[in-house]
Formats: sequence, structure tokens, C-alpha cells
Amino acid sequence: MAKMNLLQAVNNALDIAMAANERVVCFGEDVGVFGGVFRATSHLQEKYGRARCFNTPLVEQGIIGFANGLASQGSVAVAEIQFADYIFPAFDQIVNEAAKFRYRSGNLFNVGGLTIRTPYGGGIAGGHYHSQSPEAYFAHTPGLKVVVPRNPHQAKGLLLASIRDANPVIFFEPKRIYRASVGEVPEEDYELPLGKAEVVREGSDITLLAWGAQMEYLELAAELADKEGISCELIDLRTILPWDVETVAASVKKTGRLLISHEAPITGGFAGEIATTIQEQCFLHLESPIARVAGLDVPYPLALEKEYIPDQWKIFEAIKSSVNF
Amino acid sequence: MNTDTKDRTIYKPQFIRGDALKIPTYRVLKQDGSLYKNAQAPEVDQPLALRIYSSMVRTRMLDERGLASQRQGRLSFYMQSTGEEATTVGFAAALDDQDMIMTQYREQGALVYRGFTLDEFMNQLFSNALDYGKGRQMPIHYGSEKLHFMTISSTLATQLPQATGYAYGQKLAGEGHCTVAVFGEGAASEGDFHAALNMAAVLKVPAIFLCRNNGYAISTPASEQFAGDGIAPRGIGYGMHTIRVDGNDILAVLEATRQARKIAVEQNEPVLIEAMSYRLAAHSSSDDPSGYRSNAEEAKWRDLDPLLRMKNWLLQQGWWSEEEDKALFEADRQAVMAAMKKAEKVGRPHIDEMITDVYDIPPAHLQQQLQDLKAHIRLYPEVYPKSALQLDAPEGVNRG
Repeated sequence: MAKMNLLQAVNNALDIAMAANERVVCFGEDVGVFGGVFRATSHLQEKYGRARCFNTPLVEQGIIGFANGLASQGSVAVAEIQFADYIFPAFDQIVNEAAKFRYRSGNLFNVGGLTIRTPYGGGIAGGHYHSQSPEAYFAHTPGLKVVVPRNPHQAKGLLLASIRDANPVIFFEPKRIYRASVGEVPEEDYELPLGKAEVVREGSDITLLAWGAQMEYLELAAELADKEGISCELIDLRTILPWDVETVAASVKKTGRLLISHEAPITGGFAGEIATTIQEQCFLHLESPIARVAGLDVPYPLALEKEYIPDQWKIFEAIKSSVNF
Repeated sequence: MNTDTKDRTIYKPQFIRGDALKIPTYRVLKQDGSLYKNAQAPEVDQPLALRIYSSMVRTRMLDERGLASQRQGRLSFYMQSTGEEATTVGFAAALDDQDMIMTQYREQGALVYRGFTLDEFMNQLFSNALDYGKGRQMPIHYGSEKLHFMTISSTLATQLPQATGYAYGQKLAGEGHCTVAVFGEGAASEGDFHAALNMAAVLKVPAIFLCRNNGYAISTPASEQFAGDGIAPRGIGYGMHTIRVDGNDILAVLEATRQARKIAVEQNEPVLIEAMSYRLAAHSSSDDPSGYRSNAEEAKWRDLDPLLRMKNWLLQQGWWSEEEDKALFEADRQAVMAAMKKAEKVGRPHIDEMITDVYDIPPAHLQQQLQDLKAHIRLYPEVYPKSALQLDAPEGVNRG
């Protein structure tokens, strides 16, 4: 085991993936000799050569279009989009091309080797375009997998699994905790399963569900609730698409209550999908309405960021409302 | 390069006009089948010439019958490539059969040349159970893994950066293959065109970008598509090898593509070819060009028919006769119609194919959705008579 922050865990996963398979290629804006604006690709060019780790021109639709072609050729393409806010120019290549490549060709061709890594989320005074959480846009796209880790151990295991998964994966990295989240990470090669949620903490009164950096606020809120004698069960969804309905439904059948929290705006956010499904599957077990604690339906604000964020206090309040319903 | 102080400096403002660079057109063959005075025919023997010509004829017959059957309501949609066969067959004939071809949708000639059979064409057009694409895409969205022909998608120009990436993978593999991406002059206005060519030039990949400039993007004339001298000067702006050819001249297309391939594969550098031609047919079976262009204009280009030009050359070479020509057209017309009748009788894809290939293995939620759908069909079999017969899993389909 070694102590790593989340960025180091990502870097370590890329290093292991590139060492294990010479067809793994990493590219994007500034990922080459510089090692990425967050240093996620540090030393990879030095170790594996410019042909396998390189800068691209500044063009997101080109990066993902290129990645689709490279993956369809049989390479393992690990593309970086510098901020998730800038993934939208590549939306067409992701939604119309990557996601439909295997289906539309009847499996003659596929881009299963594709992984798109991108830093997402707020809390860093990033304003409109360095703070967004666009996972729900992609959750509406059959053919993609969407993965979000919450700590270094997960980042490494889930990224290695994403790179090796036979489907295109968008891997959202919570940049607010890139350096803040530090933990023990096995030095060897390991994978964590995609499509599986993790019960982080068992409880009996209410199920709290989130993913990525938002798990931190969930844990803080659970501690506040604990002091009031409310026992919270915490689940990290980890994979947004396809998501682990079974684990969440089993928990809600036990606790009778569900709170879902995400940083993205509430309307059309992924909590809506989860709430509907759980309401269908657990109707007779629910003792209160399913609660959503999410961002406001506004562009991500700069000066009022603290007020925007669905923090532990907002979650704590919603827990109490749910339990006292 | 731009920061080099040895760059030529001027001390009075001089603007370079957009039309300062007029790219010439490379031509070899005149319409009567003779060669231009200073032109040289590329190396082509009789078997190759006849393979090219018969592919052009087959493409013409496929398009003629394809449109006719759309008009009869047998096909939902069709797109002809009439007038552009010299370009779409000619470039394919200049390639190694292992080179990857990524096209837009009007390049059926390349597939014919590579040996895609009439049955394979028809299975796709009729979306039947034998279609490689499992009936999921509209007609003319062909694909063939064994012929190294990437499955077509409707989204314009998306294949261009993909070609850059594919070619990069070929460079890493080091097996001496290249990728050719074909697109129309309208598609060249998309952002993906810019992304693809710039990345190809910067990353030095063995790719050939072949633009079919046929004058129209549906109803939009080229004059409303761009203000510069066509597509070719853009290649020079990206720092690429660039050439413009007469797209109705089979010998010019063949020779230009051969040399482009040599540059791509030997130097790992991309090439842009702009092939000038004319879309003689409607844009698609859903379009009527009489609303936006004149009969006189079409007639002028009909006189420049690329099939006629190649036939005239073959006759002059003594490799072909009018009788053989007539027989070939008629035999191909019959063969296309026979393949059509055969494909029409094949059943449609199994309903289970609705959820396969979305992912490598259908996840639980897709399996559940299929089960729910089947339960619904069991309740209303008369509403879904065809799928009502398919509710049991087909044999040999791996559910993972």
C-alpha cells in the first residue's frame, strides 16, 4: 500500500495500464511533456514515448473524433478533456458516434477501447466553465458507461476497469478533491467492478445516495444526523450508467427512506431517474417522499458558490424533514 | 516556424487576397477518350481497366434500380451516386485492399470495386435478417469489416477526425496501411473537417482526405457553401499535400490517389484531394432538384458522363466493344433485380437484436426492457404480427 492523493492514483492507473498493454495511448490538450494542467499524465510521455502520450491541437470534437477512430482501429484510446465543461463540443462524437458505433454496425466495428477522462464539479471558484457536472446529459445515451470515483483507491480501480472495459466509458474525476482526498492505495494492478454501487456505511433510518466529491458532504451530513440519533445508510453509486438499481432498492426496502444528492442542477439531474425507479420498485416500503438535494437550476455561479452547493447542512435538513415526515 | 525572425518582413501593409491562390485541376482524359496533349496515362492493364469500368457500370445499375424500387415503395430510402462513379471507383482502385475506407454515403462505387456482393448490398437496403447492420440503420448505410470499409453513419463529417485517429493507429501498427476518408464539399463546412485535417497534419498520419466537390449540398450551391477557391486551398493552409483533380476523369483520379497513397504511407503525411464533379441525380429519393437548378446545367454535365469517358478510352485501347458494353449493362441490370427479389424474401431481424450490441453484453436493465416488451406483444399479437412470431430466443444468439 502507498499513500496517494486522487490525482496520483489516476496517474498510477494510467502508468499501469500503459505498462501492461502497449496499445494504450493517452492524449489531449497539454497532456504531453507538461503532464496535464492537473498533472494527471505526469511522466507518461517520458516513460512511454511521444507516440503513446502526446498533445493534441486544441479541439475537443477532434480529440474525441480521433479517439473514436483510434479505438475502432483496435488501440486503447484514453482521451482527456481538460474540463468537463468543455466536453460539449465533442457531444456529437460521443452521443452520435461513440455510443452507437457497435450497435449501428451490427458489431462489425466498435470503440470499446475508448475511455474519456475529464475533471468535473465545483467548489474551486471555477464559475460557469470550470465547475459543471454534466453526467446527466450522458446518462440519457444508451451505449455509454459513465463512472465517477470518490477517493484515490476507487479512482485507480475504477479507471483501470474503465480502460479495459469493452465499451466506451466517460470517467469523471472530482477535481475539488484531486489533492484533498488522500488514502491508502494498493501499488499493484487491481480493478473495481463497473455498474456496482458500494454501501459505504450501514444504517437503518434512511438511505443517502450520491457519487464523486458529493460523497464527502453526504458523510458530513450523516455525522450531523448521527448526533441526533438518526442512523444513515450511505451508498456511493460509483457508476451512473448502467446504475446498480438492485443495491439501492435493497437498501431503501430496509430503511424506507431515500435521499439523493448531486451537485448538478436538479431539473433533469440523475437523481430524477433514480427517484422514479426506486419509487416504482419500493412503493410499498417508502415512508416518506424521496428527497433530492441538488444544485439550483442556474448556471454555476461564482460569488455565490457556497450558497449554490448542496452541502452537509442542506442535506442534514433534508434528512430531518424526511425522517419527521 | 512563425516566430522565426528570418520570415519575410514587409514595411507597408499588404493584404493577401483570398483568391490569390488558384489551384489548377489535374486532367488526363478527354471526353472523347483521347488524352490531353501533355498528359500521360497511368499504368493500367486491361484486366484492371475492365475491373474499374465494370464496377462503375454496376454502381450505375445499382443506383438506377435502387431509386426505381424506392419509387415503387419497396425501399424506404435511396441515394444515387450518378455522375461521380469515376471518383468513387477510381480512388478505391488506387488503394491496397487492406487500406481503411471511411465514407459519407455516396461512395457505393468503392464497395463495388472491393467486391461487396449484390446480395450484401440488398440485405442492407432491405434491412433484412442477413444485413450485417441487423436492420438498424437506414438504407445505403453499408459497412464491411472484411473489406475494410467502415460502417456509414448519417452524421456528416464525423468520419473525418475518426479517419485521422484510425490512421494514427495504423502508423503505430507499422504495417504500411493508410486510411481514406471521403466527404462532400458541404460536409467540409462542418467543424469536424477542420479538426480532422489540422490534427492529421500536426500528428503526421497516413490519411488521404478525398473531397467530392459536386456543386451542391442538397439544394445549397457551392457558391453559398464557401467563398474561397473550393476546398483544396484549405489543405495548404493546414500544411498538407494538396491536389485538385477532374473527378469525372478516371485516369486522373487513379493516378492522383496512387501518388497520394505513396506520400501517406511512405512519409506518414496526410494528403487532401479535391475531386471536381457534379451530382447528376437528386440528393436522395426525398429530394427533387428541379426546384433549385436548371435542366441546361444538368444536360451540360450529362455530356461529361464519366462512364462514357472511360468507355471511349477503352474503345480506343481496343479493350472493349459496343456489343460487350450493351451486354454488360443488361446483365448487371438483371443481376441487380434478381438480388433484389432474393433479399426481399429474407425475413427481418429477430426482435432480440433490438438490445444486442448497445453494449458488448446487454446489461440487466436492457434485458428487463426486452422482457417487458415481449410480455406486451404477447398481449397484443395482432398489433405486432411479425414480432409475435419471434418471442422465443433465436438459436445461436449469445446472450452473454
